[in-house]
Amino acid sequence: MWDFLQNPIFQITIRSLYVSGTATLLAALWSLPIGMVIGMKNFWGKQLVKGVFNALLGMPTVALGLILYLLFSKSGPLGFLDLFPSLQAMIIGEAILVTPIIVSLTASAVESVDPEIKDLAKTLGASEVEASVTVLRESMGGVVLAIIASFNRAIAELGVALAVGANLRGRTQVLTTVIAMEVNRGNIEYSIQLMIILLAIVFTITILTNLLQRRIK
Amino acid sequence: MQRNIVIWIIALILVAVISVAGTTFYIGATSNKKLVISTTSSLYDTALLDTIEDQFEAKYPIDIYFISVGSGLALTHAQRGDADMILVHAPSEELAFLEGGYGTCRKIIAYNFFAIVGPEADPANIKDLSPTQALSNIVNAGRNQSAKWVSRGDDSGTHIKEKELWTTAGFNWSTLRDESWYIEAVTGMGGTLKVANAFNAYTLADMGTYLKYYKDGIISLKTLVTQGENLLNVYSAIAGNQTKYPHINFDGAITFIKFLISEEGQEIIANFGKDVYGQSLFCPAVNLLKQNTDPTIVQWIKNYAFFNGYECPPEYQDNHPELYT
Repeated sequence: MWDFLQNPIFQITIRSLYVSGTATLLAALWSLPIGMVIGMKNFWGKQLVKGVFNALLGMPTVALGLILYLLFSKSGPLGFLDLFPSLQAMIIGEAILVTPIIVSLTASAVESVDPEIKDLAKTLGASEVEASVTVLRESMGGVVLAIIASFNRAIAELGVALAVGANLRGRTQVLTTVIAMEVNRGNIEYSIQLMIILLAIVFTITILTNLLQRRIK
Repeated sequence: MQRNIVIWIIALILVAVISVAGTTFYIGATSNKKLVISTTSSLYDTALLDTIEDQFEAKYPIDIYFISVGSGLALTHAQRGDADMILVHAPSEELAFLEGGYGTCRKIIAYNFFAIVGPEADPANIKDLSPTQALSNIVNAGRNQSAKWVSRGDDSGTHIKEKELWTTAGFNWSTLRDESWYIEAVTGMGGTLKVANAFNAYTLADMGTYLKYYKDGIISLKTLVTQGENLLNVYSAIAGNQTKYPHINFDGAITFIKFLISEEGQEIIANFGKDVYGQSLFCPAVNLLKQNTDPTIVQWIKNYAFFNGYECPPEYQDNHPELYT
């Protein structure tokens, strides 16, 4: 059992799940409220804010990776944090990467909820917060989809993970970075093993999402 | 039902906080100092550094972080203060690096030879020629559409070597690169070998990466030119400059350099690869230079990788003359 826990493939897989999972949860903390506000409230510049988040959905990961490297580099503005190269930097990077996904999908899901539901809840004596929770519950399917899509994006991307994590053996290696670097090293078979694990994770989660969505609806 | 959602949200916040705290703790838990080393990919790709890391970390309370990049980016990392030390193989760039005030305590740790590899059919007829003659033949064959050349094209140590070779052979690299038979791969040594293999082309390779790819059956290219002073490949370790970047782990870097040049470190380098490839991939350089055991090679190393007759000029030794005695 101990041997299995020490197995590099196992550790890399766990690290991948951990980085993506933590990053998604972290991003959800700020992205869900932002998405709900955008979806429920009418305010000046709303379309612009939505447009910005939609545009950021297509953020190329190499671009974000380079920006974050320059920020976290010792000569960069955040160099004093000593974050390059580290797991924390990877988590922060993935969280930033998936923020627009959660915000946009949550906003759309909330928007698609009939506005009368909120009014109805208020009429029945609910406070503003309670009414918002009601709306969130109605849009749960979309929110879950947002979270899962974010996790999948984080676990499957290479640019950010490589740029700020640098694929340190036993420290910041995740599935995608190891696959890329081991192919370079000529270890194709090893890469194939990791690729199968990565694909299995991504496909399993997608299938579970579909099942879950059907149940929520 | 609403309370349910609130509970979910609280749980979400809790999990997130615990995860972040967990990471911080996990990383902070080890009291070992970290030593960030930017390294040329040719040392990393052969897994030599994995072996060295394991043996070093078993002995010293220092955690090594190897970042594998080309020599070009390795130098950039150190210039930005992101690496505590570097392992590189580009003497001309190393001198500029020392002179720029970015590095100190340079130490030559190993050498081997680059190889010009190509298809077995050898359409340019370069087998066992001198490196410069071989390159001339490849240019002629290339212009006759009977051969191709694949270049690293990435300012790595190997690419710098390639450009020097073109110059020595009497060609201007910056015009050659525009010719149709000259292909720039820019995907690392391994990627370049794979591209060269696919095109049945010639390329310049470091022996370590070439042997690994050849033994694993990924490429069928043969080594055609392997000897000659011009193909010498010298690996050095350079610590950062603690005056310029006071935050770097300079003591850790010196400890690691001392380990690399110790009997134990040199032994690891000498033996690495014998079990898998039947031959060493790197030759230890420390005793060779100290005792002048092979005057020809020593002279070649001095011609190619010494600066004004010094392995590291005294003004860059940063109070560590013991490294050079």
